[in-house]
Amino acid sequence: MTTDVSATRGRVTPGRGSGPRRGGSARGRGRRGDAAAGWLFTAPMIAILGVFLFIPVLMALYVSLTSWNGNGSPFGGGENARFVGLDNYTALFTEDGLTRETFMQSLGNNFWFVLFVVPLQTALAFFLALIVNNRFLRGKGFFRTAFYFPSVTSSIAISVVFIFLFANSGAVNAVLSWFGIDGPAWFSDSRGLFHIVAGAFGVDGTPAFAQAEVFGRTLWEWFAGPSVAMCVVIFLVVWTTTGTFMLMFLAALQDLPEEVDEAALLDGTSGWQKLRHITIPMLKPAFFLVTTLGLIGTWQVFDQIYVMGKGAPANTTLTPAFLSYKQSFTSLDYGTGAAISFVVFALIVAITSFQRWLLRDRDAAPRRRRRGLGLGRPVGSTTSGAAAEAGDRA
Amino acid sequence: MKSTTPRRSRAAIVCTGTLALALTACGGGGFEEEAGSPQQSSGPAKLTILIGTSGDAETNAVKAAADAWAKKSGNTAEVVVASDLNQQLGQGFAGGNPPDVFYTDASRVGDFAKAGNLYAYGDEVKDAGFLDSLVQTYTYDGKLQCAPKDFSTLGLVINSDLWAKAGLTEADIPKDWPSLEATAKKLTSGNVTGLVISGEAARVGAFMKQAGGWIVNEDGTEMTANSPENVEALTFVKKMLTDGTMKYAKEVDAGWGGEALGKGTAAMTIEGNWIRGALQKDFPNVKATVAELPAGPKGKGTLLFSNCWGIAAKSKNQAAAVDLVKSLTSTEQQMEFAKAFGVMPSTTAGVEQYAKDFPQDAAFAAGGEYGQGPVNLAGYEPVNAAFNTDLEQLKSKDPKAILDTLQKNGEAVIQGK
Repeated sequence: MTTDVSATRGRVTPGRGSGPRRGGSARGRGRRGDAAAGWLFTAPMIAILGVFLFIPVLMALYVSLTSWNGNGSPFGGGENARFVGLDNYTALFTEDGLTRETFMQSLGNNFWFVLFVVPLQTALAFFLALIVNNRFLRGKGFFRTAFYFPSVTSSIAISVVFIFLFANSGAVNAVLSWFGIDGPAWFSDSRGLFHIVAGAFGVDGTPAFAQAEVFGRTLWEWFAGPSVAMCVVIFLVVWTTTGTFMLMFLAALQDLPEEVDEAALLDGTSGWQKLRHITIPMLKPAFFLVTTLGLIGTWQVFDQIYVMGKGAPANTTLTPAFLSYKQSFTSLDYGTGAAISFVVFALIVAITSFQRWLLRDRDAAPRRRRRGLGLGRPVGSTTSGAAAEAGDRA
Repeated sequence: MKSTTPRRSRAAIVCTGTLALALTACGGGGFEEEAGSPQQSSGPAKLTILIGTSGDAETNAVKAAADAWAKKSGNTAEVVVASDLNQQLGQGFAGGNPPDVFYTDASRVGDFAKAGNLYAYGDEVKDAGFLDSLVQTYTYDGKLQCAPKDFSTLGLVINSDLWAKAGLTEADIPKDWPSLEATAKKLTSGNVTGLVISGEAARVGAFMKQAGGWIVNEDGTEMTANSPENVEALTFVKKMLTDGTMKYAKEVDAGWGGEALGKGTAAMTIEGNWIRGALQKDFPNVKATVAELPAGPKGKGTLLFSNCWGIAAKSKNQAAAVDLVKSLTSTEQQMEFAKAFGVMPSTTAGVEQYAKDFPQDAAFAAGGEYGQGPVNLAGYEPVNAAFNTDLEQLKSKDPKAILDTLQKNGEAVIQGK
């Protein structure tokens, strides 16, 4: 390590001795050299990101301000790519029309999708991680592989399998019929989950209190919940993503200092108390990572939708990501398509910042937080308590 | 690692390389606007034909026809099968390198023509004797945009066994709406539903036509969706749905009407020519009879589906492409296609020949006379999708409200947003 560092330094300031440099001017020059070397080494990546990510994003941003129809260059202007300013965005939010209607429906669908998938996948992944992290579990390797398996399989392949499983006369409904349950027509049932529940309590049609319209849809429509068809997609996504997140939790769990655990045991905590007051607070960074990745991933869901019905039934599985694609490549309205994706981008940034704010460390000093695990007060007090007790006993 | 190249010049190399890369990315010729039609190449042409196929039979027939033309004309023609035709075409147009010749669905002609993607060569092939209804379907902006490839119409397809079981004879084939309702009622019992159709505009629309209405006016410039005729049509369909004598395919666990008919859960369905091939493949033992759709209050009406041979405005081989299309749309060639995969020729002479060669499908051919092609307004796609979504829920929705929504959305499209 040490030799590496000095070698680098030697290269950075050639012609100078490799002895300690204290002089102000020498240090300044060395820093400048360091900076140049830094830029040099990152240049390839910057170039690649620039050419394949940053520049295209800017180009797409411009396209979202035009009415480009896919013919010729979007930057040429003229009939094919008129500059329309914010028209595409206003059509999505303020103009009463089909574009807004479908877009708002896709937002609603995706909102419910996220609301169900993220908590479910996080909880399930954490639970599975706890199981496979258990010291007394036999065949750990087998279970870890089994739980991780769905994550490494192609999402398209799994979606196709789900289409067969949830067909009207498919395996799922066959199993349900053993218990005397008449399974729904999964992929053609557009009723929202909450509407079904409300229907069971005798609420049919739109009740008076939910007549108000927000962005052209009634509150009743907004609060429909995921449709039965969307529930299948929710099952699927939870099942396929849990493995990856389990792995992240597992890594974090194995990183936990064992002394804290032992101290807690000495304190005489029950298993539940230990989980609630020690393990979960210490895993906060892992929870932040998993929920953030989950949120970003779920707002971009595309391939499952593409395979499992392209928005059918009754547009209840339509998501903004798929709508953006459809608007561009099928309706040849690339401007609106690009605008949709930028709205989703803004939404993801907003939600992630909100979530960051929500999961911030409220009581730990900023410095301690930076040290990695960010131990909260409960942990600290427990350990010190345990230590004190241990001291007493000694 | 030791290197003799001075560090500074290495940095220069990297930087220049990066810059060059960035510049080529932007200036690679992809973004230059080309004015007018592209320069036409001379000498033997190399054509690419992009098709969306119904199966091997169709692919092989098109390949054989293209090869024959290539041999005769001294050009080459490569047939490419698209897995997602619309998307691949969109990509080709946007990338500036579309296939020379491609299938174009009648409902997409407006979109493509408006975006300037089609080379409107209609004048060069006008004399081929295409059916009037087809010429009208492919006319956008007063110009015939492309040569109709073939067409299919909707007919009333009957499961012969279930028909006989219900004690019905050929004389009972429904000729109008009341008799359709009565027959469907007779055929409905137990697992069997009298009439099963797909819940979409492409089937239900036939009733609108029979009632004397349609979504747009004759020259496709105005929406006429919420006319009393259309309301009458949807009200009739809704009544049959509520009575249970008609059901949507999804309700009987089928993907489309043909599947329901094959499975024996439907005694009648409304489908097009393609049902012959599908039944033969999936349900070889099911016998089906085809009749013309029953007439409504305003006479006969059916829908017509068709593809045309689009030629790209950006193609460098337009002359050769037109020549290829001419050979593909000749009556003899179209009869070859008809034999191979069951579509009907797009020319008057071809239709006559078809009715003669396939008497059991004469009812489909007859529909060519009065069939209605799809709405070809530019930007109509999403409107149609929304209409289909509403139709799926026709049982619980008000027909007039559905049509009012369609009218509103369609008008927005005509006004250009």
